[in-house]
Amino acid sequence: MNALLVAPVVWPLATAALLVLLQGRLSIQRTLSTASAAAQLALAVILLARVATEGILVVQFGGWDAPFGISFVADHLAAVMVLVNGIMGTAVAVYALRDLDADRERLGYHPMFHVLLAGVNGAFLTGDLFNLYVWFELLLIASFVLLTLGNRREQLEGGIKYVAANLVASMLLLTGIGLLYGATGTLNMADLALKLPLVPAGLATTLAMLFLVAFGIKAAIFPLFFWLPASYHTPPVAISALFGGMLTKVGVYALLRGFTLLFVADVALTHGLLAWIAGITMVVGVLGAASQTEFRKILSFHIVSQIGYMVMGLAFFTPLGIGGAVFYMVHNIFAKANLFLIAGIARWYGGSFELKKLGGLYRHRPLLAVLFVIAAFSLAGFPPLSGFWAKLVVIRAGFEVQAWPLVAVALFVGLLTLYSMTKIWLAAFWSPLPEGVTLRAGPAPALLYAPVVALALLTLAMGFASAPFFALAERIGAELTDPTGYVLAVLGEAAAAAFVAQGVAP
Amino acid sequence: MKSLILRTTTRPIIVVLLLISVFLLLRGHDLPGGGFIGGLVAAAAAALYAIAFGADAAARLLRVRPELLVGWGMATAVVAGLLGMVAGREFLTGLWWVIAVGDQEIKLSTPLLFDVGVYLVVVGVVLRFVLSLEER
Repeated sequence: MNALLVAPVVWPLATAALLVLLQGRLSIQRTLSTASAAAQLALAVILLARVATEGILVVQFGGWDAPFGISFVADHLAAVMVLVNGIMGTAVAVYALRDLDADRERLGYHPMFHVLLAGVNGAFLTGDLFNLYVWFELLLIASFVLLTLGNRREQLEGGIKYVAANLVASMLLLTGIGLLYGATGTLNMADLALKLPLVPAGLATTLAMLFLVAFGIKAAIFPLFFWLPASYHTPPVAISALFGGMLTKVGVYALLRGFTLLFVADVALTHGLLAWIAGITMVVGVLGAASQTEFRKILSFHIVSQIGYMVMGLAFFTPLGIGGAVFYMVHNIFAKANLFLIAGIARWYGGSFELKKLGGLYRHRPLLAVLFVIAAFSLAGFPPLSGFWAKLVVIRAGFEVQAWPLVAVALFVGLLTLYSMTKIWLAAFWSPLPEGVTLRAGPAPALLYAPVVALALLTLAMGFASAPFFALAERIGAELTDPTGYVLAVLGEAAAAAFVAQGVAP
Repeated sequence: MKSLILRTTTRPIIVVLLLISVFLLLRGHDLPGGGFIGGLVAAAAAALYAIAFGADAAARLLRVRPELLVGWGMATAVVAGLLGMVAGREFLTGLWWVIAVGDQEIKLSTPLLFDVGVYLVVVGVVLRFVLSLEER
């Protein structure tokens, strides 16, 4: 059991070490990198199965008991996110076999890719705030390298904005962690859930705001999202798909964890603020997307917009809302990453990401058009695709707490999302080829199509057979809104009893 | 940089720096020090050599590519963590072997092994930076 919990970080780190030592031997690196990503996916499946049958799993590093050592905690949310990361890691590793140029591979793409996966998994599994900071730094450093690998001018320009924003976030996070430790004397998240209610209200709110800004920059919520559309369209497609799918969701995960387990003293204030942020993030993101004409830039702005829906679910702070946010997050990771990958194939054929230089893909490449329709219309929330159910749940959660304005905004933004997706459809797929542009002959490599098809099938499964996914999301919603089980698993029965006695848990 | 003074003083200083770096690495378990700061001091020694004699000379002195140090360092640290699990305990659990040499005790442990891994990673990463910049 212990090995299973540690594996999602140790496995990719060991792979990365091996890949560094194999630097220069490209074919061995490619095989090892892909096989390792697939093995990590298998490990993640086993982990989720174990969590589903045995409940929350905990490991105390080095045998030092919580709250003194570092805990790794796999509840349903963490296990699901590790699994999603495994799926994305495998899909992108396969896609990169044909998408990435040998130069970037020689510069160290393969080891950095696995360091990134390790950092993301670590952030999901850790039960300690300082440790969370460390995993954030690990994944950020790997992402800095991946983002600027190749040294193209626009990559460096986007990279600087990305680095600057994320360093500010890291600094705020560290400041918050320091203050929190000063106020409570602990950084174990379960222990914090016990001790934060004893902190004076003003200080607790200040801390909550620091963490909101720090996690908010990483999640790209309004008004802290500017770095995302400036950088995500610049690296190779495989990398921007992984970034667009996974990385901002690590920030959303941190928000979900922080604002269900830790900062729940003044829900009216913190989650009320989150509701405002959610609404504005949705609108600003979707308007930004409407003004763009480059495939990947449109997608980048939509990432921001859809983060709004996830924060909206969190803001309602009900089991349904939070379960809906998680369902939305998982659906969005698959659909969004897939759209980036499809953009890559469209570029393979048409030679450009600019919509006005693309066209005729529906007529000449119908398979790609079908795959695009699945991902894009799922994103826009068309029934019966996964995005429809995701939006439905979040909006129903809004009905339950009677948050009418936010529900109206969410519905309106859904229409604008459809507009953007239709714009790409019309320009790249439906309209005839522009003058002087010819499509590259022959089908694109199967290794580019394989991950796209797999992700499209996942999107379809989440739409047509959504019951098991909903059951899981409901369970996560219940687990997050009543953290007693989390505290019990990490700290034992006495602490859990004290937690319930404090009257924090419902 | 072709400075006779720098080149002459660099040689003895490097010896001292490398000794200090190993000293910091070994005392790091209970006292200030450890693999990270030890690695930085060792990297500073190599950086000084690179400034005085050029990046090529420093690379020759190092004998291995800095990237390989990073790889071996990461592998060492991971293995140090896994040894605890091989012994049937939690990941990263410290295991100790005390060896008596004369009337002295030498304590070997997996935390020390972990720190050696960190040391190698830090030396490798910093030297990669320094050599790349010095080559320009």
